[in-house]
Amino acid sequence: MTNSKPLHLHVPEPPARPGDKPSFSHLVIPEAGETRKPDVTDSESDMRDLPYGLVRVLDDNGAAIGPWDPGLSPDVLRKGLRSMLLTRVFDERLFRVHRQGKTSFYMKSTGEEAIGAAQSLALSQGDMCFPTYRVMSWLMARDYPLIDMVNQIFSNEKDPLKGRQLPILFSARDYGFYSLSGNVGSRFGHAVGWAMASAYKGDDKIALGYIGEGTTAEGDFHEALTFASVYRAPVILCVTNNQWAISSYSGIAGAEATTFAAKALAYGLPGLRVDGNDFLAVWSATKWAAERARNNLGATLIEFFTYRAAGHSTSDDPTKYRPADEAEHWPLGDPLERLKHHLISLGEWDDERHEALTDELSETVRAAVKEGEAVGTLGQSKPSVREMFEGVFAEPDWRVLEQRREVGI
Amino acid sequence: MAKMNMLQAINEALDMAMAANDKVLCFGEDVGVFGGVFRATSNLQHKYGEDRCFNTPLVEQGIIGFANGLAAQGSVPVAEIQFADYIFPAFDQIVNEAAKFRYRSGNLFNVGNLTIRAPYGGGIAGGLYHSQSPEAYFAHTPGLKIVVPRNPHQAKGLLLASINDPNPTLFFEPKRLYRASTGEVPEGEYQLPIGEAEVLKEGTDVTVLGWGAQMEVIDKAVEMAEKEGFSCEVIDLRTILPWDVETIAESVLKTGRLVITHEAPLTGGFAGEIAATIQERCFLYLESPIARVTGMDTPFPLVLEKEHFPNHLKVFEAIRESVEF
Ligand SMILES: Cc1ncc(C[n+]2csc(CCOP(=O)(O)OP(=O)(O)O)c2C)c(N)n1
Repeated sequence: MTNSKPLHLHVPEPPARPGDKPSFSHLVIPEAGETRKPDVTDSESDMRDLPYGLVRVLDDNGAAIGPWDPGLSPDVLRKGLRSMLLTRVFDERLFRVHRQGKTSFYMKSTGEEAIGAAQSLALSQGDMCFPTYRVMSWLMARDYPLIDMVNQIFSNEKDPLKGRQLPILFSARDYGFYSLSGNVGSRFGHAVGWAMASAYKGDDKIALGYIGEGTTAEGDFHEALTFASVYRAPVILCVTNNQWAISSYSGIAGAEATTFAAKALAYGLPGLRVDGNDFLAVWSATKWAAERARNNLGATLIEFFTYRAAGHSTSDDPTKYRPADEAEHWPLGDPLERLKHHLISLGEWDDERHEALTDELSETVRAAVKEGEAVGTLGQSKPSVREMFEGVFAEPDWRVLEQRREVGI
Repeated sequence: MAKMNMLQAINEALDMAMAANDKVLCFGEDVGVFGGVFRATSNLQHKYGEDRCFNTPLVEQGIIGFANGLAAQGSVPVAEIQFADYIFPAFDQIVNEAAKFRYRSGNLFNVGNLTIRAPYGGGIAGGLYHSQSPEAYFAHTPGLKIVVPRNPHQAKGLLLASINDPNPTLFFEPKRLYRASTGEVPEGEYQLPIGEAEVLKEGTDVTVLGWGAQMEVIDKAVEMAEKEGFSCEVIDLRTILPWDVETIAESVLKTGRLVITHEAPLTGGFAGEIAATIQERCFLYLESPIARVTGMDTPFPLVLEKEHFPNHLKVFEAIRESVEF
């Protein structure tokens, strides 16, 4: 042994555990309007401060300020609010439906609704998003039929995915929503491949990939950034940093050392860090990255800074690893409340209308759930067993046909 | 007809596929200007441009992830994995993504245009990591097709069929034969059927079954066996998934005996699947136990390659024991 102190291993711990007072004092949160907005044609080397800033538009008074204010029309803002509210109402209802044993599984995106909603509305028809399980608001903003969601969640006879997939692992091609899978991260590289195919064809469509901050540790993240950078793929790569990967706090994914947006730097890509609870900031950053992509200027990595307000899934109990009231202390607030406040401050919304909309959406969701229940909930109605054998190949092979005959169909 | 080796036949198939359809893209490690470490993609970049034949970063999971994205969008990717030994980093992309893509999306999406080419097999002093035959790992995965050619003629026709097949297809190329196997190859485009075995020689005493480079070994063994007066029926399986049970069962119903041989290790090897199925189908007709002549249940050793290998003498012995059982 030398004279030096013994080595010791550092294992990141969150600032607060169950029973502790929630604390976010370690976070440095820039003021709204503070982070600059470069021109999309600026070189990456002139933007290296951005991954350490935080693009924010909405201030504490609900005003939109600074260079990133996209100046959206009240109609678009209301559409955004509606999409987010619908997502939340749907989540709450279907979570309860799970508790009643009517479906096997569910995952909420509470607190993260602004991301999918704003991006869905900011991008064009024909652009493809490569979702995680936590961007249902993308589908809500594009008016995906609620009944198809409900039927998928009930795995019933009318499930568009024929009872093959876990609830909420949707596929919705016509809505720019790529096929979800159970293994996290595995489609981050697909987004880059899809974007390259678009570039190769001389198309004008771009791709948008999502990955959770926990999943950035998977090799897929590195691979996607490498490919995106090498081939200047027209893709927007998004990390939704909601602070938690099931029970692992973001420090375990590397957040103590740097920001996730800053990972872009080593790949020679611009990285933006954005207030993920600010609908306007999400919209604006997405438009900016989309403009870069559409002008053959290549990929952008965006970190959306947000908080997973609900448990990870219906199989999770977050009170076992974090303070029960942590979400209430999240310094970036609630995306829905913030957008609502903004619309009210513009004189384009009020509490009464908000209440009326909440009632209307609750009724819409209730009706969809009822309609789905009439088809059948978990175990009460199933797709034909024949569906188990379809779609394995374009045409079934002999083993599939033989096994299908053996079960008598 | 032109005489060529297997690499030339593969190169010609890729060339034709690219000429016929500008959605066909070839990529992988070193496939661009260089034409691949075995030269299977020679001249393709020169001919079709670097946006259709190009080098990728050195990351197998990335190559196949990226290829899945291309295929989902409608391109026809032909991805090269430099050695089948290095396909494992992409296992997740192949097994969890490509194979399940159509199924899980209720046919809304598919990556059926995807073809993955990879040189496989031993016999080139490749040691542990340039010798493997991984087909059985993938044979356990519904949704994939797996094709293995035995000579240049087969390679061209089966590769074109793989590229055109509407399902993700793994195409394993017996690298030991890349230059060693030469033969007549028809000019122009032709496709050989996927999912069909080929009876190469009819016989009455025993069915001898293999695929890829092992067919050469079988030929030598059968030559010896015929001298002893054993009449062998020789079958090239050609497609591992979905495999042609009819042709094999029909043959065994006639001969009553089956010898299966592959380079991959015995335990969990694809011969096990064939043996179990044929045993079920032909139980009352079998006159001897189904024999499996395979690599050892060890990693593929460098200098003990010959001892590891299911060579023609071992195959011959199995034929004799089977007939004289
Ligand atoms: C390859 C793989 N490993 C593990 C899991 C199990 N798993 C599902 S979600 C999850 C956490 C993901 O966290 P993050 O990426 O931060 O996304 P979030 O759930 O917070 O939205 C894990 C470990 C999985 N689905 N796939």
